[in-house]
Amino acid sequence: MTRNSKVIKREEVVIRFSGDSGDGMQLTGTLFSDTAALTGNDLATFPDYPAEIRAPQGTVGGVSGFQVHLGHSEIQTPGDYADVLVAMNPAAIKANACWVKPGGTIIYDKDNFTEKNIIKAGYLKDPVAEEKLETYNIIPAPISSMVREALKNFGLDAKSVLRTKNMFALGMVYWLFDRKLKYTEQYFDQKFSDRPEISEANKVALRKGFYYAETIQALNPVIRIEPAAIEPGTYRNICGNVATAWGLLAAAEKARLKLFIGSYPITPATGILEELAARKDLGVISMQAEDEISGICSALGASFAGRLAVTSTSGPGMALKSEAIGLAVMAELPVVIVDVQRGGPSTGLPTKTEQADLMQALYGRHGECPLVVIAASSSGDCFHFAFEAARIALEHMTPVILLSDSLLANGSEPWKIPAMSELPEIKPPYADMNKIPFLPYERDDKTFVRNWAIPGTPGLEHRIGGLEKTIKGTVSYIPENHEYMVKTRDAKIAAVANFIPGIEVIGKYTGDLLITGWGSSGPYLRTAANELQSEGYEVSFAQFNYINPLPKNVSTIFSRFKKIAVGELNLGQFADYLRIKHPGFSYNSINKVKGMPFTIKEIKESCIKILEAK
Amino acid sequence: MEEKISNNHTMKDFKSDQEVRWCPGCGNHAVLNAVQKALAQMNIFRENYVFVSGIGCSSRFPYYINTYGFHGIHGRAAAIATGIKTANPQLSVWTITGDGDALAIGGNHFIHAIRRNVDINIILFNNEIYGLTKGQYSPTSVRGLVTKTSPFGTVEEPFSVGDLVIGARGKFFARTIDTMVTLSTDIYVEAERHRGTSVVEVLQNCVIFNDGVHDNIAGKDVRADRTIVLKHGKPMVFGKNNDKGLILDGLKIKVVRLGENNITEKDLLVHDATEPNPGIHYMLSNMKYPDYPVALGVIRSVEGRTYDADIEKQISDIQNKSRIKCMDDLLMSGSTWKIK
Repeated sequence: MTRNSKVIKREEVVIRFSGDSGDGMQLTGTLFSDTAALTGNDLATFPDYPAEIRAPQGTVGGVSGFQVHLGHSEIQTPGDYADVLVAMNPAAIKANACWVKPGGTIIYDKDNFTEKNIIKAGYLKDPVAEEKLETYNIIPAPISSMVREALKNFGLDAKSVLRTKNMFALGMVYWLFDRKLKYTEQYFDQKFSDRPEISEANKVALRKGFYYAETIQALNPVIRIEPAAIEPGTYRNICGNVATAWGLLAAAEKARLKLFIGSYPITPATGILEELAARKDLGVISMQAEDEISGICSALGASFAGRLAVTSTSGPGMALKSEAIGLAVMAELPVVIVDVQRGGPSTGLPTKTEQADLMQALYGRHGECPLVVIAASSSGDCFHFAFEAARIALEHMTPVILLSDSLLANGSEPWKIPAMSELPEIKPPYADMNKIPFLPYERDDKTFVRNWAIPGTPGLEHRIGGLEKTIKGTVSYIPENHEYMVKTRDAKIAAVANFIPGIEVIGKYTGDLLITGWGSSGPYLRTAANELQSEGYEVSFAQFNYINPLPKNVSTIFSRFKKIAVGELNLGQFADYLRIKHPGFSYNSINKVKGMPFTIKEIKESCIKILEAK
Repeated sequence: MEEKISNNHTMKDFKSDQEVRWCPGCGNHAVLNAVQKALAQMNIFRENYVFVSGIGCSSRFPYYINTYGFHGIHGRAAAIATGIKTANPQLSVWTITGDGDALAIGGNHFIHAIRRNVDINIILFNNEIYGLTKGQYSPTSVRGLVTKTSPFGTVEEPFSVGDLVIGARGKFFARTIDTMVTLSTDIYVEAERHRGTSVVEVLQNCVIFNDGVHDNIAGKDVRADRTIVLKHGKPMVFGKNNDKGLILDGLKIKVVRLGENNITEKDLLVHDATEPNPGIHYMLSNMKYPDYPVALGVIRSVEGRTYDADIEKQISDIQNKSRIKCMDDLLMSGSTWKIK
């Protein structure tokens, strides 16, 4: 496709697709992201959708959104405000008008702006006027009628025709950003290989949208984002849940173990179970359990039987699993528990993001019950930290909780594919068949790790379980033995600190303020820190991924800065944890609990306030 | 199952070095005895046996048996066992549970293990009481039972184990009495041979909190007249003098006397444990004294697909078909692009 419009280059741009839950906005956003990635841009995405599968049509509650941030340079976050908003109905304007940059472009489906829909969205008559958007670049496109016209000879029913509206809108956006259609066309060929008429209808809608935008010169000049200067290698787009599943699979291969997953479906973690259930080609034994408790208990059984055992869940499921996690601590069996956090408590905000399960992961069990907690911080690095969770579980004979969240799970980003040869071997501490009798709780002197004896191995028959035991595995109620075992289990987890990397400082090694945080807030905090640095502030950033035990260099790093800020999507759980573990410092919290990630703007404002405070 | 011509195991090989801490006179001792006998009879290496339990008196069982053992948490033994068997179908997996453990707190795992037909053996010790918590009523306690938590008698209907097994589409159900060691041993061997979830209900006596609960049928002097040991392919005869039998009268089972009304053994029902239709098995498992003799022996043993074997097969089928053989293949599959 040739173009005859003026083109300018920009460093970055943010686009938000928005419509009814049934309008296919998640797919539209994903296809746009794929094209951007294949063009060589760096990007980050933010899918934002309601809990209801099909919320009442045309209502603000039913609006589903997908934001993409793409750039010529490194992109850490999905971006605060959109340059372009695609709104398939008035409710989408209502939900998103405040998230469009002043003067930005808004494309909407004029045919859907009926009196009924306008009122349903909470407007009186004219959404554009009522939102005071007149100075914006408003493009009212008759999307529904155009696809109806374009596809009238396809013999499709009215519903199928209107289902291509999103592709018309996507075609328009492709024109705005000087994109090629071929990647999306290839997707349709593949997706509808058995239904060529559907594939063709979508392609026609896509092309018509593209031409329509050109005809009306929807944006002048057109914006081009040149490919980013990205580290050489082979890349793919990956979302956090798939990256988590693949990280676990990679660990299984490096440990030469079969992977077992026992899980119960729960938003937003289900994608992990779905991906692993599909990986029978790599020998995955997957079990959709009857409940969350069976998920962890079947995983513990599989772990006892000598597999790499995993269970995946979200906050409410974590609560149900907590008794069995205690059993895993007591039995000292390796198991990875993935908690993809969502807004809580209770059912809370099931499809929105939050980082409020930290204390639950650290302390949410009965008895003295220490285990390893680590957190991923981007969709792509879910792979690395899932691998790490499995490595630590297997080599240290302990349950490990891996914290992800809704933002990472559903968001996607271009990800450099590692070669398996680059990853370390994982060596579980198998019991020696020649050393009989096997003592289940005999330990390594330095790591305090016990050995793993797998059923089926002659001579190593033994019994473990939830009752307190002696080294021999005999049930014991002796006070001194219990205290010794409690302390030893604690020391075992503390010793993991010797096998994890320290935190790294991004920016100068000393300064006025160290901005820190954990998990998915990291990239937002880092972007804010970068911007503050370029504005002349003496600010640095440090990311936490290993939460328990904490890396060994925390005090050393913290002591080089005058102030410390801790940003997280909760009311200050990590800051409180740091107060317990490193009480010598004063921590300034930056918190948000709106089911949404930070904006860079609000982090910067908070940091400046902290810097200015006496 | 990895088998050899003879494993040369004796009962002693299955005794662990742990001191058995059940109360003197507890029915569990006899169950342990019968299980150890059964294990020695089967040509399975000792290292391939795994015993899993939940919480309760019976759940201490794994400590007393010299195999691999996992003492779990309350109600979850069936879920743990499902994980073990699915993770390694080569193992012979046994779940030891009680009426509270399996039918109250663990009811969900119990019915779902049966529904999946995972190839494990579940021995359910039914003493109709909570023993380890010292005498509260259980989901199998008879209506009106006075206990510490029902000082004026329970106002709940009890579960019948057979109902649940058959209701969950169970393929194997047997019943025995703790003190009938020979019958029990035979049943455990049958349970292990059967591929799928095998549930064995043991009518077990708690000497402390519900002593004599099964005496009206299990007592030595009355047992022959008040129970019937079902044998596959054999007519349903019972009684001290083998003079009573069961016939089908309309839609109901009826007790008859041989010789009365010209009834001979030929008129009696012949037990078919392998009949897929559960109707008659349901009636048999539900027979209660005094209207009927209580059915013992293997009541139902129907072949069916097992969860663990089907998962194994699915994996090998997909592995044969898929082009993805290792992680590097997966990582490079689908849309990728190169940056130079």
